[in-house]
Amino acid sequence: MSLGPYASYIVTSYSLVAAIVLILIVWIAIDYRHQKERLRELEASGVTRRSGRQATDI
Amino acid sequence: MTLIDLANPSKFLTLTARVLPWLAGATAILLLIGLYQAAMAPDDYQQGATVKIMFVHVPNAWLAMFVWGVMSMAALGTLVWRHPLADVAAKAAAPIGAAFTFLALVTGSLWGRPMWGTYWEWDARLTSVLILFLMYLGLMALWRAVEDPSRAARAAAVLTLVGALNLPIIKFSVDWWNTLHQPASVLRMGGPSLDKAFLIPLLVMAVGFSLLFVTLHIAAMRNEILRRRVRSLQMMQASQQAA
Repeated sequence: MSLGPYASYIVTSYSLVAAIVLILIVWIAIDYRHQKERLRELEASGVTRRSGRQATDI
Repeated sequence: MTLIDLANPSKFLTLTARVLPWLAGATAILLLIGLYQAAMAPDDYQQGATVKIMFVHVPNAWLAMFVWGVMSMAALGTLVWRHPLADVAAKAAAPIGAAFTFLALVTGSLWGRPMWGTYWEWDARLTSVLILFLMYLGLMALWRAVEDPSRAARAAAVLTLVGALNLPIIKFSVDWWNTLHQPASVLRMGGPSLDKAFLIPLLVMAVGFSLLFVTLHIAAMRNEILRRRVRSLQMMQASQQAA
């Protein structure tokens, strides 16, 4: 597969899309872990939900 | 589980745990097939291999508008039905939509430099998409700036619906004004004008990116529900300590 004289534009486009999609995935995964950790801390400090279920219950 | 059950955040969380792995798997498979087809697509007789940028530019451009459309539906849910998940859906979609819009702008620029001889031109299509990107950023700033979530939700919903006026401007800008950007070649009266060799990889990539959005959106909504649960527990803790 030859990308011709404008290969750098094509490779940059695909690399940038891959990088931004990866950043979105990692950011969402880190945010999920962070929220679960905060819920665990709150639960450990004795705060409970009105329903009585565990804060980290999904 | 019925559709109405999804209105309950806890039941929505249960569903996300079940469907997310399947959605992520389907997204990865479709994007891999799309990338393979894009790599194998022939060169265009005018653009050469640069046509390959279209396979990532067009899905991102479509999703930039589609995500704002989803947010507009959610804004109606917030203003009319005051649905608890409506603002969650809109807030979770905004950064993802902003990322797609950014990618549409940058990949369009990278295509424009070799094809038009310039990275940027202040024509109607490019400018209206830039405005869409700025509106995404403004909306995200608004959610952060207003501390009371219900007030933030209403303000953001109004801004989202006002911003939706930009969507037909983006879509029809190439017909209404004389622009450097080419007119629609897929979603147009009379059917697509693209050859199947380009149309099929483009559609596979578009479906793959749409599934990527659904996957990321559901995961981001799950995070937003948990964030609101943290906030309400923190408020309960503060009131218990004050009592």
